[in-house]
Amino acid sequence: MADIGHDAADYAPPAELEEVDLYHAKSWITKYVFSQDAKVIGIQYALTATAIGLVALVLSWLIRLQLGFPDTFNFIDAAGYYQFVTMHGMIMVVYLLTALFLGGFGNYLIPLMVGARDMVFPYVNMLSFWIYFLAVLVLVSSWFLPGGPTGAGWTLYPPQAIMQGTPGREWGIIMMLLSLALFIIGFTMGGLNYVVTILQARTRGMTLMRMPLTVWGIFVATILALLAFPALFVGAIMMLLDRVLGTSFFMPHIVELGEHLKYGGGSPILFQHLFWFFGHPEVYIVALPAFGIVSDLISTHARKNVFGYRMMVWALVAIGGLSFIVWAHHMYVSGMNPYFGFFFATTTLIIAIPTALKVYNWVLTLWKGNIRLTLPMLFSLGFIVTFVNGGITGLFLGNVVVDVPLSDTLFVVAHFHMVMGVAPIMVIFGAIYHWYPLMTGRMLHEGMGKFHFWITFLGAYLIYFPMHYLGFLGMPRRYFEMGETSFVPESAATLNEFITVTALIVGFAQMVFLFNLYWSRRNGIVAEKNPWHANSLEWQTPEMPPGHGNFGKELPVVYRWPYDYSVPGVEADFIPQNVPAGGTATGAE
Amino acid sequence: MSFFSELTAKPWLPEQATAGGLNVRALPPMNVGRTALKFFLGVASVLFFMLIVAYAGRMAFEDWRPGPTPWLLWQNTIMLILSSMALQWAHYSATSGDINGVRVGLFAAGAFTFGFLTGQVIAWQQLGTSGYFEATNPAIAFFYMITGLHVLHLAGGVVGWTAISSKVWSGARTAEVRESIALCTIYWHFLLVVWLVLFALLFSSDNLDVLLAICGIK
Ligand code: HEM
Ligand SMILES: [Cu+2]
Repeated sequence: MADIGHDAADYAPPAELEEVDLYHAKSWITKYVFSQDAKVIGIQYALTATAIGLVALVLSWLIRLQLGFPDTFNFIDAAGYYQFVTMHGMIMVVYLLTALFLGGFGNYLIPLMVGARDMVFPYVNMLSFWIYFLAVLVLVSSWFLPGGPTGAGWTLYPPQAIMQGTPGREWGIIMMLLSLALFIIGFTMGGLNYVVTILQARTRGMTLMRMPLTVWGIFVATILALLAFPALFVGAIMMLLDRVLGTSFFMPHIVELGEHLKYGGGSPILFQHLFWFFGHPEVYIVALPAFGIVSDLISTHARKNVFGYRMMVWALVAIGGLSFIVWAHHMYVSGMNPYFGFFFATTTLIIAIPTALKVYNWVLTLWKGNIRLTLPMLFSLGFIVTFVNGGITGLFLGNVVVDVPLSDTLFVVAHFHMVMGVAPIMVIFGAIYHWYPLMTGRMLHEGMGKFHFWITFLGAYLIYFPMHYLGFLGMPRRYFEMGETSFVPESAATLNEFITVTALIVGFAQMVFLFNLYWSRRNGIVAEKNPWHANSLEWQTPEMPPGHGNFGKELPVVYRWPYDYSVPGVEADFIPQNVPAGGTATGAE
Repeated sequence: MSFFSELTAKPWLPEQATAGGLNVRALPPMNVGRTALKFFLGVASVLFFMLIVAYAGRMAFEDWRPGPTPWLLWQNTIMLILSSMALQWAHYSATSGDINGVRVGLFAAGAFTFGFLTGQVIAWQQLGTSGYFEATNPAIAFFYMITGLHVLHLAGGVVGWTAISSKVWSGARTAEVRESIALCTIYWHFLLVVWLVLFALLFSSDNLDVLLAICGIK
């Protein structure tokens, strides 16, 4: 770690670190395709994630059509339905959210925000993207192979995932496991880059506690991912061997279609442990960058410093640590020892403390702030509300006795969509409205944005709020159709129709958003420099969008934390990080 | 200042705001590789830890049938220890500027590593043709998978070793390769430790009782 000298004066000693040799692209191909510039790689990640995310969005419409109007669409059969559910879940969690937050925002923002010219290993960074891209292609290929994609559910539980009768047993499951293994390898390359860049390539004056919370969120999430993904990797390799070579890591003695299989001696529960040892940290891999980004959005658009910055950092770290000892709350119904259940319920509820602390701090940041209802602010507010909602249902589910009847019902689906679906997506939208001017030099269209926000926010509530009730009624998740079920009243079907219609409307609003992204690139209002009057370094670059190498001839020197908004006695209501007391900005030339 | 004490800074206080807190002593660039390696070793440790836990968890079942313990593994273990020692020698020579020592160390490390890798392959073959082999016996499957992943990690190291060696034999001075040899040596030591743990716990004999004791089950 660097030694921090606490000089009394405002004097910045000359740089001792010699300038890095930047890789300079020579052709169009190396500039935009096999690029080593983190900003380009970030955009490549974001576009790929969005593209595959659109596939998952369409799949969700198909799922909803079947649930809302069973026996209506004969192009959806049971096998297809399971494939839709599986691919929707896996794509959204791993290939969209994880890739977009860490690969997309991580790449674009980390070097800019810590004042570096690029990631420390640009070449490895490029490889990381292309391996991710390959993973997506492998995943998509399963649609074109015999049997189609796997329908095992996104949790891929064996033994059913690799047995006859589960769709995609032939190739789909193989492609899924291969694709996950590739994703993990690619992510590890990128992840090492993110942490090392944050730890070692910060510009002078950028101490750890002067980093924007966005960087903190991405940093902690990346460490979680580096430590959690190996568990999924091991699980994927073992299941792959079970499927392809006939080993029995996860396969017990089992009878299939009246026939004893050659398998025997494996433990399906072992897979569940491996999967959830990854799976629970995974939800925070998505949540922590969202926490970080939203803190910055709220502070900037309420013109106030983040309340309790230090607590916010510690809470991120605490949540990250705790998230490794709660995984079995996903396995309460797997028949585990009751003492285990007690342990995991306790740890699960403890996580609520640092999480609640963050929520209070966001609210207190808003308190008496000069709140501007810009689009990023609207989405941030939407996030807080949705996240609190989903977090509270999480507390229900964390208790074993409450969870047992609710497990595998739509209540769980509603919980995790609120907390992991809608809430982080809200932050992603807010972040895009916030940083689009930096990336393109133009603002997104305000009217279309408002339309997008209100439909998405209200729509999400109309979709997921009623879904909790369906879960209470005992409506199970992952059922193709309910058939004759005495405990589910008629009205549930009506509610399901309503949810489906709303989901389609919300889906349409996303098309407006995509159109806005496309349209504003040419026709949006030209953004002034630093349009939100933000303090962090990414807005202080000499050009906007930032050019190759990010900063001018010299790297900026950082004199303050990024939250000097509305400082008493200062005329402007913001002081960028690279402005010394009474001086002018550094590194902007 | 260490990572953790830096976390106690209060950047909003006026005296900590504009004044101090500049990274005065810039980090030497070589630390980048070292930090990356540390994190990577963390990732690899989790990977092998998961494998060990999975293996041990499976062992605790009643129907556990221990696999054979190929005698060859002892020899391979010695090979790996020697390769680590040879790299340490190369590292030592590089710090004291002795390019011949570097060459000897690197060459010996390569040879012993090659010995280990071929030894592992032969052990796989021996096991495959012995009467014990049975894909559905978890002990056998675990053996192939875990040793295979370990070999893959070592193979990754061999790529680095090749790059360093080609530099050294095309006339690089010790100062140019010192840091990469140091990193390479750390990696080899790490893989040696991993192997020793795997070997001692899982493959040297039927250690079910020991493992159960470690886990506090017995
Ligand atoms: C206070 C916080 C939280 C608690 C106490 C909590 C608790 C739980 C519990 C107990 C379950 C298992 C329900 C069951 O299967 O019966 C669950 C499921 C889930 N939670 Fe949370 N949760 C919390 C926050 C989050 C966050 C922040 C995210 C994501 C960002 C998240 C994402 C999920 C997902 C994806 C599932 C469903 C996985 C599946 O079965 O497919 N949760 N949660
Ligand atoms: Cu969880």
